Amino acid sequence: MESGLEQKYNFDVVRWFTVMAAVYLVVGASVGVYIASELAWPFLNFDSPYISFGRLRPLHTNAVIFAFGGCTLMSTAFYTVQRTCGVRLWSDKLAWFVFWGWNAVILCAVITLPLGLTESKEYAELEWPVDILIAVVWLSFTFNFIMTIARRKSSHIYVSNWFFLGMMVMIVYLHVVNSLAIPVGLFKSYSLFSGVQDAMIQWWWGHNAVGFYLTAGFLGIMYYFVPKQAGRPIYSYRLSVIHFWALMFGYVWLGAHHLQYTALPDWTGSLGAAVSIAMIIPSWGGAVNGMMTLSGAWDRLRTDYVLRFLIMALAFYAMSTFEGPVMALKTVNALSHYTDWTIGHVHSGALGWVAGISIGAIYHLMPRLFHTEMFSERLVNFHFWTATIGTVVYIVAMWVSGIMQGLMWRAYDEYGTLAYTFVESVDAMHPYYAMRAVGGAIFLTGAIVMLFNVLMTVRKSAASGSLTNARSLPAPA
Amino acid sequence: MAEQKVKAKSFQEWMEINIWGLLFFLALALSVGGLVEIVPLFFMKKTMEYNKYPEIVWSKAGVAPIVTVDEAGKQVWNWTAGDGVRPYTALELAGRDIYQREGCYLCHSQMVRPFRDEKERYGHYSLAAESMFDHPMQWGSKRTGPDLARLGGKYSDDWHRQHLRRPQNLVPESVMPAYVWLDQTPVDPDRSLVVFGWTLWPAPTGSRMQRHMKGLRLVGVPYTDADIAAAGPLVEGKTELDALVSYLQVLGTMAKLDDAKAYRE
Repeated sequence: MESGLEQKYNFDVVRWFTVMAAVYLVVGASVGVYIASELAWPFLNFDSPYISFGRLRPLHTNAVIFAFGGCTLMSTAFYTVQRTCGVRLWSDKLAWFVFWGWNAVILCAVITLPLGLTESKEYAELEWPVDILIAVVWLSFTFNFIMTIARRKSSHIYVSNWFFLGMMVMIVYLHVVNSLAIPVGLFKSYSLFSGVQDAMIQWWWGHNAVGFYLTAGFLGIMYYFVPKQAGRPIYSYRLSVIHFWALMFGYVWLGAHHLQYTALPDWTGSLGAAVSIAMIIPSWGGAVNGMMTLSGAWDRLRTDYVLRFLIMALAFYAMSTFEGPVMALKTVNALSHYTDWTIGHVHSGALGWVAGISIGAIYHLMPRLFHTEMFSERLVNFHFWTATIGTVVYIVAMWVSGIMQGLMWRAYDEYGTLAYTFVESVDAMHPYYAMRAVGGAIFLTGAIVMLFNVLMTVRKSAASGSLTNARSLPAPA
Repeated sequence: MAEQKVKAKSFQEWMEINIWGLLFFLALALSVGGLVEIVPLFFMKKTMEYNKYPEIVWSKAGVAPIVTVDEAGKQVWNWTAGDGVRPYTALELAGRDIYQREGCYLCHSQMVRPFRDEKERYGHYSLAAESMFDHPMQWGSKRTGPDLARLGGKYSDDWHRQHLRRPQNLVPESVMPAYVWLDQTPVDPDRSLVVFGWTLWPAPTGSRMQRHMKGLRLVGVPYTDADIAAAGPLVEGKTELDALVSYLQVLGTMAKLDDAKAYRE
């Protein structure tokens, strides 16, 4: 490793975000396993308001998306932008403000959501004072990132940074518009929009939180960490350009496919579905671009555990970006909407793609940030298998239960009456809800192992003084 | 600056060396989809069915109070079920606040789709106008439990009370949590701060619901002054369970829908 990087760049803030990402993955996945168990064994609600499913589920989504996903994005964005621009972050102080501010947002979520303080907008539940804090922190993050690029030493802006920028700008749009509300108390507000317009705005937010926060941002990670870990340049520059602009322009349109056959006018849903189908092309272009970067070095997968995570994540990315457009088709959506199939689809993206690429990036970063080998390579491999198996068990359970629900709801008997009552479909879900909880628990085991491995690596670095040594090395001339 | 050193050979390359240019065209590309899909919904007449069928909305909404309470404590209703979509009364709104707080929308949709099986299971498909006063809407995205858009009037108040307290007593296979705390909590009671007979901070019964209704009026929900004034007597002595049941019982009953009419194409 080249010397002097510790003096040249701000890696402190990256280190903190990286470790916190590992912590929050455990927190978010634990809440997920718990609420999954509540659906399988409802006594786990224990008649307590604070841990009832309806209040914990937003905590789960907020913890995995904003706490784990957010810390990963901030760690990798700050790392990538410094490395690819060859300059230190524009402002260290602002970067630390982003770190503490974002963690304050997470703390607010942990306190307010179990108390039932919610705007009840899916994936944007946090009440208005927290929304304001999110906006301030996010704009600081964005501004610091842009100013760092503006002062770069490299001539061109690297492709990772385009994706990060796209995410940042779009999240500003989405968060500001979707959160517009009239406060009627310190922790109570009503959305500015109502009914059908509110539904469209919520799903414009909802699907683009997926499309930009959870896809574009993590593609930024992919475009830096896959070539770096593979030690080869990205497969195709041209494909990157197409992938980028098609994704930026196209993804925004997809939200309407969440509202097929609802009171949303037909033209909007159909438009959303049509663009969804078209999005297969750039999404697969991107997946191919990442995977083919390994072209000629496929044997690395046998020995490089970090690369395994990154490539498996791309495989899940390709799979869920195919599944998504299929589910957007009106005929498929008629069956899949309102069922567990949606939950399965989300988790093939969230566990397989987002968590996979993040975990790969965290394992790539740890040795570079702490200037020592990982505490245990074998545990990384163990984590790879628990993450993959846990994800597959989860998705399969939800596929089966989702399609079964959809079919049971619309089944007719020979007399032309509905074949099943609703509660019969609930009862039929029990084995799959149990199986989902088990899949989640396997995934969680891996996350705990990663946290242990990360913390032991930090300890190892402290014991050997590797970080202190790196800091005292002379700066490059 | 780095930008001057390189001469861009294409528009793409120009953006790659010019952060402000990249940001500008990015912001432009990102705004199109949302503008095209969202803005027309506020203006296109076909979106809201009441433009063609005005009887869906209560004709006296915002003109006459929905319900008033006279001095004897008797409720006088100006609206009866089927008269059309109207804002929620103070008690129903309190119930809706609880519905939001407990995250009911995470397992129950409120949006019946125009399919034969959904018609038989739930009732007439939902209209956009039916949630026009819902800030935010509660259409939901998941049916772990059944759709609730047409729940009103299907079960007795007593059934709902028992079911919310312990769903498994009525539906053994249910995975719904028990909401045992609702009937122990009063709705919006007197919270005034009184020290030695001096009211330092007045917050009489129903004042929180009045604040909520005034907020909703600001974003366009047609509440009359009398609707807001009725909040106190309406929530007086009621528990959260009462409020939630009154909300559940009004769902889907406001407008009388006619199977012969094509509300949507």
